[in-house]
Amino acid sequence: NTFLPAATVDRLSFHNLQELRHSASLATKVFIQRDYRDGTICKFQTKFPAELDSRIERSLFEETLKTLNCYYAEAEKIGGQSYLEGCLACATAYIIFLCMETRYEMILKKISMYIQEQNEKIYTPRGLLLTDPVERGMRVVSFAKSQDGPAGFGSPSSAHSPARSNQLSP
Amino acid sequence: MHLGVEEPIRECQYNQICTHNSSPMDTPHTKKKKIKRKWQVFQGRNKFYCNGRIMMAKQTGVFYLTMVLILVTSGLFFAFDCPFLASNLTPAIPAIGGVLFIFVMGMLLRASFTDPGVLPRATPEEAADIERQIDTTNGPSGPGYRPPPRTREVLINGQTVKLKYCFTCKIFRPPRASHCSLCDNCVERFDHHCPWVGNCVGRRNYRFFYLFILSLSFLTIFIFAFVITHISIFLDGCTVLEVVVCFFSVWSIVGLSGFHTYLISSNQTTNEDIKGSWSSKRGKGNYNPYSYGNFITNFCAALCGPLPPSLIDRRGFVQPDTPQPAAQTNGSGACPSNQVQSHMCAQDQCIQSTKFVLQAATNPLLHSQTVILGGGAPLQAKTSLGGPCSTLGPSQPSLPSSIPGLSCGGELMALRDSEIHCHHHLHHQHFISPEETPSPPAALPCATHLGHHVHPAQLFDPASQDSLHEDSVRGLVKLSSV
Repeated sequence: NTFLPAATVDRLSFHNLQELRHSASLATKVFIQRDYRDGTICKFQTKFPAELDSRIERSLFEETLKTLNCYYAEAEKIGGQSYLEGCLACATAYIIFLCMETRYEMILKKISMYIQEQNEKIYTPRGLLLTDPVERGMRVVSFAKSQDGPAGFGSPSSAHSPARSNQLSP
Repeated sequence: MHLGVEEPIRECQYNQICTHNSSPMDTPHTKKKKIKRKWQVFQGRNKFYCNGRIMMAKQTGVFYLTMVLILVTSGLFFAFDCPFLASNLTPAIPAIGGVLFIFVMGMLLRASFTDPGVLPRATPEEAADIERQIDTTNGPSGPGYRPPPRTREVLINGQTVKLKYCFTCKIFRPPRASHCSLCDNCVERFDHHCPWVGNCVGRRNYRFFYLFILSLSFLTIFIFAFVITHISIFLDGCTVLEVVVCFFSVWSIVGLSGFHTYLISSNQTTNEDIKGSWSSKRGKGNYNPYSYGNFITNFCAALCGPLPPSLIDRRGFVQPDTPQPAAQTNGSGACPSNQVQSHMCAQDQCIQSTKFVLQAATNPLLHSQTVILGGGAPLQAKTSLGGPCSTLGPSQPSLPSSIPGLSCGGELMALRDSEIHCHHHLHHQHFISPEETPSPPAALPCATHLGHHVHPAQLFDPASQDSLHEDSVRGLVKLSSV
């Protein structure tokens, strides 16, 4: 793997993620709903669901969700930087957004990188797959539980076989 | 109104004739199948333009009226009044007018074309999960028992807010969200549906809407004032039209701007104000939990706050393996057109198997050579086959010795001979008896026999040969039925 160029590794990991996603669509899902106690800001409940009890430690789960909540809070923060961005955009009749990315979008990218990293390090070895809330309209954080236990989302080869067998069977 | 999906529901059938999925004829067919963008399968009653970049409501007639009114009035002003005013008063008048006009048009288009903050509908799994949660909360319902309305209560900033369940979108609406019946979508921080703008006004386009009406009121007052000035100096037919339009616009637009200025400063939506959700008349302790306390912060938050991106991902591609949202009924994404494919598949099999049979009949040795050469040590394989070749004959009683050039060539030839035998029989409409039909197990003893001399993997792959053989036999059977 050390001899492969970086682009190939990225392509491979992307391909693996696609395979994992296909397996995830066949697995059972656990949903973490939004927490509206602080208003309309994006925040997810940190209460540990019983269905994940056997798969992951409570502390790891809470750590992930707290970090996600922090990211979202930072994105929706009303302060100096957001005012500057808003005023500049208004002054240019919002044309500036054709060239520039909003702060919110930049933070969403950081969040998807974080989720990918968390999946690789923590969740996939335990047979779970964490889905980015942005793909679910920010309604839920979903954990896909593989049927095969911790080995389910473990490696691309194991992700391959359920996909192929489903294609062959009519 | 459902957009995009015109294909009828196709049933997934198992067709016994079509045996294999990886035939080369399949791949061009699947490549032709178009991958749809998400806006084409969007479930709300919205119209999309420019391949999903522009999103509007279904009824856009009044929006065009707005455009016409603004363009005509401004056009008449610039054409007839500005030359007079520029020469008599100051050229700054048309300049300021021009800037205002451009700003008004920009804000109008932005408010009309932007996604107001539509919440995508729940996936089937999410909907099922919520149903489960509701059932466990409410308990089992007996016959004749009316289930209570689906609401959840949450404490926000000391105020109890009820979250309602949306039966169309299958979600619990976030606070301040509402379902627009015209667009059939749940919209975040729903203000109102504006026909003049041709879209809902929600979280993502409220600032554009507000800036539009604010700048339009300035433009209207500007034009009105200078037109009156012009008329007082010199009366003109076109100018009178402008006066009439501006007079009526001023009252409505300026009034609306004032109303929304009040709403922003108290951080309320039109929806909440009309319902009186945070009115003190409802109760003593009733207050707006979303307000920041002072009107400056409320203003800045509404106009200069962060702009969240669209949640519906209009231009993304529909993934074939992701579950479609609950309300969608057809499964065209999940189920490929198997009927057409299998029909094509069977024909292709016939064509292929016929080709195979004919090739085998004309060039038996050449064919066997090409298979052997596929692995390593071809020459060795060839020479070693000479030995077992003669011993092969008696083990296959169905081999017709009359067919020339077929006594040699090893395992492959045994298969080919049997095919030709079948073919020969088919043409004479003989029923193929089981012992005459070459069955895959018959090929295996030959494989093990040859294995002594040559590495089987180098020579041929029995499994692939068997499947090919099977395919060609099935193809022949199909041919016979034509």
